[in-house]
Amino acid sequence: MIRVENLMHAFGSREISYPDFEVSASQHFWIIGNSGCGKTTLLHLLAGLRKIQQGSVTVGDQRIQNMKGVDLDKFRGQNIGLIFQKPHLLTSLSVRDNLSTAQFLASKKRDVGRVNSVLHELNLSALISSKPNQLSQGEAQRVAIARAVINKPKVILADEPTSSLDDENCSKVLDLMIKEANIYGATLIVVTHDQRVKDQIANGIKLEAL
Amino acid sequence: MSLFAISWSYIKEKPLNTFLNTLLLSLGIGIIVVLLLMSHQVQSNLEKNAKGIDLVVGAKGSPLQLILSSIYHIDFPTGNIPLIEAQKIAANRRMVEKAIPLALGDSYREFRIVGTNQLYRDVYSAEIESGAFWQDDLEVTIGANVAKTLGFEIGDEFQGEHGLTSNGHSHDEHNYKIVGILKQSNSVLDNLILTNVESVWVMHEKEGSEDHHGSDKLEPDIFGIKIGDQGEDKELTSLLIKYRSPRAAMQFPRMVNNNSSLQAASPPFETARLFNLIGAGVEIIRGFAYLIIVIAGLSVFIALYNSLKDRKYDLAIMRSMGASRTRIMSLILIEGMIITAIGGIMGFVLGHGVVELLGQLMATANQNIVTGQLFLSNEWLVALMSLVLGIFVSIIPAVEAYKTDISEVLANG
Repeated sequence: MIRVENLMHAFGSREISYPDFEVSASQHFWIIGNSGCGKTTLLHLLAGLRKIQQGSVTVGDQRIQNMKGVDLDKFRGQNIGLIFQKPHLLTSLSVRDNLSTAQFLASKKRDVGRVNSVLHELNLSALISSKPNQLSQGEAQRVAIARAVINKPKVILADEPTSSLDDENCSKVLDLMIKEANIYGATLIVVTHDQRVKDQIANGIKLEAL
Repeated sequence: MSLFAISWSYIKEKPLNTFLNTLLLSLGIGIIVVLLLMSHQVQSNLEKNAKGIDLVVGAKGSPLQLILSSIYHIDFPTGNIPLIEAQKIAANRRMVEKAIPLALGDSYREFRIVGTNQLYRDVYSAEIESGAFWQDDLEVTIGANVAKTLGFEIGDEFQGEHGLTSNGHSHDEHNYKIVGILKQSNSVLDNLILTNVESVWVMHEKEGSEDHHGSDKLEPDIFGIKIGDQGEDKELTSLLIKYRSPRAAMQFPRMVNNNSSLQAASPPFETARLFNLIGAGVEIIRGFAYLIIVIAGLSVFIALYNSLKDRKYDLAIMRSMGASRTRIMSLILIEGMIITAIGGIMGFVLGHGVVELLGQLMATANQNIVTGQLFLSNEWLVALMSLVLGIFVSIIPAVEAYKTDISEVLANG
């Protein structure tokens, strides 16, 4: 579950006020808005990547603004899976090691079985030893999704995951994210300006441009 | 997965860069290790070979040359001294406990023949491997390296060559006979051919001279040398002196230098002077090595700092996956330390390898023995320096990584 209340963020003299909303556990949700309306900032506030200046964000039973430092990092690693527009895999590591690194950085025990099982779910088993530069764009995006769900997060946050994809691939990526979120009972929030997302995810809010 | 594994994966991604940085560092560390090992071993060899010898008395000239030729057998003697003068010096029982005569001038295949008496072997606590110490004229006892290099065995004979280099003419009127081989002592003895003083004189007698023949009927002098009628014409190369009391150290050298045609040279003083002379060169090389290390450190720093730009997004992604700021900082620190540790290890291997190689080359040229198979306690300081360098060069990039604003980086990605 994610709840946003009275959230406001200022960049110098420019202030963004976000509407209150709540997304229940296992629900899929879109946040749509045009460029500059503060979508990515909102996603970073939800993930605790940016300090909350005013208002409140609750993930599960934890208030993000009440956590800081190592505790917040650990909470994020273990409870929030992030997916970006570009896969941004760690290029020096193999597919397997990218996933193992996600376990390690979230202070989770190394679980090879879990890595294999997630790769199997996403039809990536054959690429386990490949380096990111040996993957197609679609394969790399699937590995990025695998990395986001490796720690069985309570929340999956996706930032413009479909913006650079054609209709077919857009649909596939959304299907995968929804499927993975369903497997782990995770809340899925997709932040995007891509209206096609609405075709596969029923609920959401629209952010108004400033 | 571990921070080390992640850092190592980044290092492996740029093999040429890593190789060049570690090579540069290994050169600097290697030179310092070579200097440490060489100066320590050369100094301890010099001290070991001069142990038990308080003073060398020889012909006037360079005192350092006198020491080098009479103790270390690595330079030419300053000249000869009259036997009568040497006997007077040795007769000073108040100040001189031991006076060992040396008669140099011949060699065999570059191994020096030393005419002396039995006291000489006591200075080095020489032990026999096989056979016995020389007793009669033209009998020799050879050092372990001489036997090994020339393949000599007990009973073999050879003709001495005039001079201390390999191009001297042979003394073909007389043969030396090997009666003993010394145990390896890692001292100058290993490379010497020892005989009595009379044998050296026999080799240099003019044709037809009968002065020394039948020497077993003669009475020995203060050195135990049996001298014929022409004793006043006889010469030695030098005398090795051991003082009877510490007071002699103050008075005896001055007495020799002022009241005789001879010169007295103190081994500790001259070796210290030698090290002072060499020291300036060693310091320049050491300074150069430190400069290389600083350049290597700078190069690692630049490589890490530049790689931060390429890796900014990777670091932000790691933060988004739960890595704390400290972990990200540690990642960069570990990377710098791995590079400097590899450079350091390569430097130690290089330094010890070079010294071992030099030791083997020098052993064949009859010089002081050095080995690379020795680890000095000072080397821990060099290892520590390498580690500190690793931390020092990566601290700024690590702090930069620590301060990275992940939200901003991800937003611009």
